[in-house]
Amino acid sequence: MKEQLATIRAQALAAFDAAQDSAALDALRVQYLGKKGELTAVLKQMGKLSPEERPAMGALANEVRAALEDALERRSQQLEEQALERRLAKETVDVTIPGKPVKMGHRHPMYIALDELKEVFIGMGFTVLDGPEIELAQLNFDRLNAGEGHPSRDWSDTFYFDEDSRVMLRSQTSPMQVRAMDSMPLPIRIIAPGRVYRKDEVDATHSPMFHQVEGMVIDKGVTMADLKGTLNTVVEQLYGKGTKTRFRPHHFPFTEPSCEMDVQCHKCGGLGCPTCKGEGWIELLGAGMIHPKVLEMSGIDPNVYSGWAFGIGLERTAMRRFKIADLRLIFENDVRFLEQF
Amino acid sequence: MNLSRKWLDEFVHVTANDKEFAEAMTMSGSKVELTHDLGEEISNVVVGKVLSMERHPNSDHMWICQVDVAQAQPVQIVTGAWNVHAGDLVPVALHKSTLPGGKKIERGKLRGVESNGMLCGLYELGLDERDFPYAAITPAALLNDYKPLDPAKPSIPADIQPGDKVFGPVVCARVQGVAVTGVNQFAVTLDTGSGQAQLTTSCPNLHTGDLVAYHTKENHICTLADLRAQQAEFPHCIPDGIFILHEDCRPGDDIKPVINADDHVVEFEITPNRPDCLSVIGLAREVSATFDAPLALHEPVVKGGAEGVLADLLDVETPDADLVPRYTARMVRNVKIAPSPKWMRERLRSMGVRPINNIVDITNYVMLEYGQPMHAFDYRYVQGGKIIVRRASEGEELTTLDGQVRKLNHDHLVIADDTRAVGLAGIMGGMNSEIVADTADVVFESACFDGTCIRKGALALGMRTEASAKFEKGLDPMNTLPAVNRACELVELLGAGEVVDGVIDILNLVPQPTVLQLEPDKINALLGTDVPESDMAAILRKLGFQVEGDQVTVPSWRGDVQRMADLAEEVARFYGYNNIPVTLMRGQTTQGGYSPAQQLENRLGALCRACGYDEIITYSFISPTYYDKIRWPEDYALRKSFRILNPLGEDTSIMRTTTLPSMLEILTRNWNYRNKSARLYELARVYLPKSGSASQKPVDPKDPSLSASKEALEKLGLSGLTEALVDGINKLTEDDGLADEAKVLTLGAYGEDMDFFAMKGAIEAILKDIRAVDVHFEGPSGAPSDASYHPGRCATVWSGSDCIGIFGQIHPLVARNYGVDGELYCAELSFDELMLAKGPDPEYVPLPKFPSVTRDIAVVCDASVTVGALEKAIRDGAKGLLKEVALFDIYQGPGIPEGKKSVAFNLVLRADARSLTGEEADEDVKSILETLEKDCGAVLR
Repeated sequence: MKEQLATIRAQALAAFDAAQDSAALDALRVQYLGKKGELTAVLKQMGKLSPEERPAMGALANEVRAALEDALERRSQQLEEQALERRLAKETVDVTIPGKPVKMGHRHPMYIALDELKEVFIGMGFTVLDGPEIELAQLNFDRLNAGEGHPSRDWSDTFYFDEDSRVMLRSQTSPMQVRAMDSMPLPIRIIAPGRVYRKDEVDATHSPMFHQVEGMVIDKGVTMADLKGTLNTVVEQLYGKGTKTRFRPHHFPFTEPSCEMDVQCHKCGGLGCPTCKGEGWIELLGAGMIHPKVLEMSGIDPNVYSGWAFGIGLERTAMRRFKIADLRLIFENDVRFLEQF
Repeated sequence: MNLSRKWLDEFVHVTANDKEFAEAMTMSGSKVELTHDLGEEISNVVVGKVLSMERHPNSDHMWICQVDVAQAQPVQIVTGAWNVHAGDLVPVALHKSTLPGGKKIERGKLRGVESNGMLCGLYELGLDERDFPYAAITPAALLNDYKPLDPAKPSIPADIQPGDKVFGPVVCARVQGVAVTGVNQFAVTLDTGSGQAQLTTSCPNLHTGDLVAYHTKENHICTLADLRAQQAEFPHCIPDGIFILHEDCRPGDDIKPVINADDHVVEFEITPNRPDCLSVIGLAREVSATFDAPLALHEPVVKGGAEGVLADLLDVETPDADLVPRYTARMVRNVKIAPSPKWMRERLRSMGVRPINNIVDITNYVMLEYGQPMHAFDYRYVQGGKIIVRRASEGEELTTLDGQVRKLNHDHLVIADDTRAVGLAGIMGGMNSEIVADTADVVFESACFDGTCIRKGALALGMRTEASAKFEKGLDPMNTLPAVNRACELVELLGAGEVVDGVIDILNLVPQPTVLQLEPDKINALLGTDVPESDMAAILRKLGFQVEGDQVTVPSWRGDVQRMADLAEEVARFYGYNNIPVTLMRGQTTQGGYSPAQQLENRLGALCRACGYDEIITYSFISPTYYDKIRWPEDYALRKSFRILNPLGEDTSIMRTTTLPSMLEILTRNWNYRNKSARLYELARVYLPKSGSASQKPVDPKDPSLSASKEALEKLGLSGLTEALVDGINKLTEDDGLADEAKVLTLGAYGEDMDFFAMKGAIEAILKDIRAVDVHFEGPSGAPSDASYHPGRCATVWSGSDCIGIFGQIHPLVARNYGVDGELYCAELSFDELMLAKGPDPEYVPLPKFPSVTRDIAVVCDASVTVGALEKAIRDGAKGLLKEVALFDIYQGPGIPEGKKSVAFNLVLRADARSLTGEEADEDVKSILETLEKDCGAVLR
């Protein structure tokens, strides 16, 4: 009987290891451990043993049963793992197949540039204003100290809606300065982006409609040094810390002193190259201290208050930001262009 | 404004190179655009004298020249040009020389003959005939150069001999001798076959042995034009050749000074407030102040003494005194019209002005030097010796110097004599008083006219001249006298005539000098600087201001300086803008940010992009014909648009009252570019006239163009001021004829996966995100603008009783008008309405605690019953347990009778406070089915 148990143990363990799937393993379980199984059959012979032999043989039989059950369990787990591996191997995908497309829309590059500007100014406490594009010449010109006879008032330069040159398409966002001064309490810190119009034929650098951002600060004790400080901060945020700027004297009817702000050419670092036309600097914006006459016309006493203002062309800013070579692309709206941003 | 540095050097000496000069001037306020070294590219080019010439043995057109360039031996140079003669002075590019355009010249062999350089033509030196008019070449037609166009049919026989007839009175002749007798003057001896002829010609391409076409009757040598020949027939008889120098120079001289290529020209951008800088002297002042270099101005000295008394010769009247602040004139007699000397021509050329003759050149020279436009006219055409500066009479005509007949009106100012106008004041002289070769007595006019009058006059005639451009900026009336004296001084210097003593000087407006107080504290406070008063005074003094104590007298030429801020700019310019400190803003802080309207704008953009739509920017103006293209009825009130009176063209002549054509234009463009699909959006304005026709809305206080600042104020807690503010802006906009600039969110799309429901899905997503209240969709409302859309695939979008907009498939006829044979989809949603429809911020609703029961139902109804009506019946029939209704199928076909359809919904029912039993759910569904049948005739399938 002892030999029988040893034989069953050896045969069963070998058979379990040879089983290739869980069905075969189940059959083996029945074959060896089932009610009519081989081990059970051997145990049934226990009665024939002497009482002295029984405990030892019983213990041996139980040990064999435990060993077989343990081996079954292990083999079953092995087979399950193998089956899972096979399934996973079957499910393997080609990871180089493109993903399912998700169509996202794109912000127009000019508005990306505008958003960046807005964020910087809002962070400095500026309010964003929006104003009419069909504007009174009085606000676009007279109130900005560009009186009768100023060349930009010519019909060759500005679009008009009436023979008296009274209502026009604003040629700059600067009338928003006047609208803000007329209606807002002091101190004022505003920017006003928007469309402006000039009578220029379309080419690589001109368009009859384009965009500007106006900015203005009025408070007691505002200085030209503040103008420089604020605009330098803006430039550093847009073009990176340490970007070099310079301020050049210029002329605008509604500021005095007036200036233009240049940034050092990013391409050549100021040495002079085709991008900056050899100057080493690229013109960025016009600015200045608000002309005392302009303040007076809005009922603000220039002896108490002072202010500064600037205007920046958005198209050129966006073109520089994204290296867009031709202004016409901005208004062409070809999706192959739009989807690059 | 171009500035010759040689000319500048006469007034102020600066050693800075061009780059340093440009940098310094730019930073002190005179922006330099470009600098030109006129001779930058020229090196090792000298004057040579042609000693002898012989024909090249191996060429039918080249000459071998021995040229004296002041070296030990003459140099041998081969040239293909035919206008050279022994004795000529010519520019010689020696071995290892450079020419404009990066051309390098080296020694070489031409058909076996050594050539040690090149003789240069005008163009090779970067010049043209405007620089040296005498260098123009009119070649004779040389018969030995004749190449018939058709070799089989020559017009001139190849073996033609002197005396043979060419045509009519023109015969062949052989050149026996040529002598240079002057500039472009050659004495030629011809063998005419039947004898000898002597004549003078200006054709420079003749040499002994050449055969020419000789006109026996007119005794002249024919040019190509005389023979009506084409250039190809005489390939070497071309109007080009070597530049024969008639200048004061010697062999071996560097060519650069001879052709003024040693000058440097600086191109300035002068701002309109500084007309004084449109002159050499004005710029010299700025240069002197910038470089702290002494300014040496020159006081004109006129000897005078010509016969006659000015008062007897000339009388001036200025009846329109307000338009003529000052009129100054002098007279010159016994004028000898001639070319002006080289130095004067060069300076004019450097500044971009074409030399004409001594008198005209003097007026231009003085204009450039002093910035004072001058005019010279022929005294003999001033009838009655009287000059009247008056307004033109209506319809008066004058032929101006450019040969154009100008029709004038009362706004034009003319210079007239007793009988007629002889010039257009401040703009251009008249043809009838032009300086011509036999002009003997000249009147120099140096006047100051009203800027606006000149500007308007020039503009009306479309003839902005250099003079008018200066006048319109407002000139210094104190400049007229020195300028006219300078002109007379130059007349005497050039020996061009005799100046009559005395000056006519009518001063209608005596300019009072501006005196300002120097307020250093205020200037420093404005600039944020700490500049000492003495430094300020020093800066002002070097610019010509007189400073005594705290009194500053502004010089007459600085009309732009009127108050403290202007003085501050002068101080800042020379203190240095870049020396002004950099500080951050102080004072009361303000809170920046976006107004609710701007936040919604940002949100809508983000939503459109999330739905896959790309942002576009379109022009605000359109063509009136675009309303036809989108099939708007002719009498539709919305066609009334703001019309630009001076548009660039018809296509951009009116302000759009709809964004649809703009979107369709961009869709079409992408379609034509064969882009497979496009989804586009724009949030932009339309421009509606405010009053008048029925379509116009009253002024809406919620107009987004007004709301920004209002809301900004509210944010700042200043809402008390809001009403006043809105009122204030409305006052400006309400009765002043401005537009209602309403914003529209426009979507446009075509291509794969795009249909009515794709666009509707995007609109629903957008409205859901902004939590628009009570959204529903209806068919077209019957508005005239519906005509743009497919009548069966178009819907209006509603929030409660407010119509937000319209969307759908563009009408195929509209698409066809745009040349598109596919389906285009568009949506137009009013931003104002979206703003109103926008729901409140979300509030958390507890998640369901109890399970829900779902039921699917399919009902059969008439095909015409809408899903919306079925949904409504379902909701109406439910007894409070229905939480969701979702359409999942619509079916027509086998099993469903003709004219009917099967519609299937998924219903979710749930009670909030308990678990629902199947019976309760069935009860609700039963009621729903009853209502469906009652309201829609729909029965369970």
